[in-house]
Amino acid sequence: MKTLLSLLALLTVVTAQAKLNVVATTADLGALARAIGGDKIAITSMARPTEDSHFVDARPSFIRLLNQADVLIEGGAELEAGWLAPLLNNARNPRIQSDAIGHILALQGIRLLEVPTGPLDRSQGDVHARGNPHFLMDPANARIVAAHIADSFCKIDAASCETYRANLKQFTDALDARLLAWEKALAPFRGQHAVSYHNSWPYFSDRFGIQVDVFLEPKPGIPPTPAHLANVIKQMKEQKIRVIFVEPSLNRRTAETVARATGATLVDVSLFPGGIKGTEGDYLKLFDAITDALARALSAPAK
Amino acid sequence: MKLSKALGWSSALCLAALSLQAQETNEAEAIRRQLREANEAFQKAMENYRSATESLNKRIEAVEKKQGIVVTSAPPVYVVEGAARTNAAPTSLLPKPWSPSDPVRIGTQQSYIGISLDALMAAGYSTAKDIEALEPGGHDPKQRGFTVQNLELTLDGKVDPYFRGQANIILQITPEGETAIEVEEAFLETMSLPWNLQVKAGQYFTEFGRLNPQHPHAWDFVDQPLVNGRFLGADGLRNPGARVSWLVPTPFYSELFLGLQNSQGETAFSFRDTHEDGFLFGRPAADTRVKSFSDMIFAPRYAASFDLADGHTVVMGASAVLGPNASGKDNDTQIYGLDLFYKWKPHHQSKGFPFVTWQTEAMWRRYEAAAFAGDSDHPALPSETLRDWGIYSQLSYGFRRGWVGSLRGDYVTGRSAALDPDPDRDTRWRISPALTYYPSEFSKIRLQYNYDDRDRIGVDHSIWIQFEFLLGAHSAHKF
Repeated sequence: MKTLLSLLALLTVVTAQAKLNVVATTADLGALARAIGGDKIAITSMARPTEDSHFVDARPSFIRLLNQADVLIEGGAELEAGWLAPLLNNARNPRIQSDAIGHILALQGIRLLEVPTGPLDRSQGDVHARGNPHFLMDPANARIVAAHIADSFCKIDAASCETYRANLKQFTDALDARLLAWEKALAPFRGQHAVSYHNSWPYFSDRFGIQVDVFLEPKPGIPPTPAHLANVIKQMKEQKIRVIFVEPSLNRRTAETVARATGATLVDVSLFPGGIKGTEGDYLKLFDAITDALARALSAPAK
Repeated sequence: MKLSKALGWSSALCLAALSLQAQETNEAEAIRRQLREANEAFQKAMENYRSATESLNKRIEAVEKKQGIVVTSAPPVYVVEGAARTNAAPTSLLPKPWSPSDPVRIGTQQSYIGISLDALMAAGYSTAKDIEALEPGGHDPKQRGFTVQNLELTLDGKVDPYFRGQANIILQITPEGETAIEVEEAFLETMSLPWNLQVKAGQYFTEFGRLNPQHPHAWDFVDQPLVNGRFLGADGLRNPGARVSWLVPTPFYSELFLGLQNSQGETAFSFRDTHEDGFLFGRPAADTRVKSFSDMIFAPRYAASFDLADGHTVVMGASAVLGPNASGKDNDTQIYGLDLFYKWKPHHQSKGFPFVTWQTEAMWRRYEAAAFAGDSDHPALPSETLRDWGIYSQLSYGFRRGWVGSLRGDYVTGRSAALDPDPDRDTRWRISPALTYYPSEFSKIRLQYNYDDRDRIGVDHSIWIQFEFLLGAHSAHKF
């Protein structure tokens, strides 16, 4: 009986604090929600920023997390396809089901790149049928997503709407100012090429003009073969490509081997705030870190 | 004169001050202009995008009209609760002004039904004479050479705002070469019950332990654990029924299941299954009828899960199934089980690798066997209680991308009874190392060796190769 009472007490404490309980599938969405929600929300991101966000385990603790959420923010472009659905089915929470106002699909209003036009089958590897899901690598898209989140927060929690609007303005102003600085930092290198393991960077390429268009994996989701890597090395030498992007979850050893053969520099990047040290929970800091590291690597004299 | 002089001086001073600041002001102005231009460019791009979307929408409408498809032009918008009902008919077919946070329909997102076909096949060799007796699972390899273990057609989707539906239709090719069809599962699950409740109803796998509700392609080995085959049956414990589950409001995940299912049929092995030859444990299995709820299978389960440290997760469960058996009018069976699953997956996992999993289940069975007077082929047997227990424990290590090494140990035994020997209750154990390679998430190749030791029969060696492919919607993995 005593334990039951203390359990009830715990429940009332949980409901007493009126913070909006927000769950984001990935850390980039979490960071945007934090920027808009400020101290009016409690935010939890499901995928760790350093792990492969396609292959997150649908841990039972997530069921409980989603069960208590007021808002769920997902990218919606198949990144979460392998793990979110069974959790949501079991969450027993009508506030965040796909038809509810508390279910935010971040991709809405975004122009997705690389939407396949021709016939699609899996011999082409694991191609995303809806388009490339890493749209937040263009800060201009973060502007759209942030506005979307603020709108939704206002509908769900009208009492704090003014705060959300003010936070949105503050974030957008800061983003606009920083975007100019980032573009300026990378402007001298427009048109240069870079290598990454997986095709996660088309939005970044589009925005900053650094063409990340050579990949260590031969097809999306298919592991590198020696023949393919030999081709990559040849191409890098021909095009004088000098940087290789390294994401925290992807194989560093392959990148190192290629770097040794070509004299290229490894640049530590991440799709998610927290994937690089010092960028935890802060979308703007992530781009500060990426553009800074990239500009340094590209301006260093060739090896 | 004085006034004009003063004015002249002051304006001169002002000019001087301004010219001093001019350079800085110009720079700030330039940056401001740049910012303004960038903003304007952004707005313009959004405007372009908006008009492009509008014209595309109009074209879609035009095309659909031509094809005679009736559509409302309203995109799937967020509906504030209550608004849908009061505002059923769209007042205007004109698209409202677009804003970035408005939803946009992308591609053809018709996911009314998810369809997939999973094929599981095995080939191999065993020293055992009767492989069907050696491998107790219904989807285990059945013969030397090739076995089509399981062709599984899965259909699932949201039925309406209230239910989710799923059906798993199984095709198998028997050792005699005939194609057999089974409805393995066909159930609906509620999505919007209050108080953290959920109801599942239809034909479904009993939520007993960890392995029983899993489909064979999700297993880490070619064959079923021995204890599952012996206690829950070749095809696992599943029957038409209904269960309610409650997600307990604890700080950690914990869930309570209460199920009620039919107790007859070949998928209720330890209960009112009449068995192929009409006998179990030396007694005839009678076809009795259900008179009340107490003649059904009652299946309670409690499961809890903890994230121990970041990257380490454990799930524990306790289950029971209680119900009548086929040996007599008032004879019952009770099966109890404990299960443990542990997984480690590091922070920097890529494609789900590396990982370590450890899974163990122990089960106890109490079977009240009725007295049997005997006949020309069968000896007479007294009324007695048959007590059995069994365990399996398996460890899997995904040591590099696509590669998993596994090891499983099996042990089952029964306390001696009047019928002796009884191959369905005699002690046996098995060790199975396996190596699996996943070329992608949609295919796998597995090599497994079994060392079998059966009391009164002896040692057998088997080697199996298994191949799987999956076509269609890739259903997300449960933990």
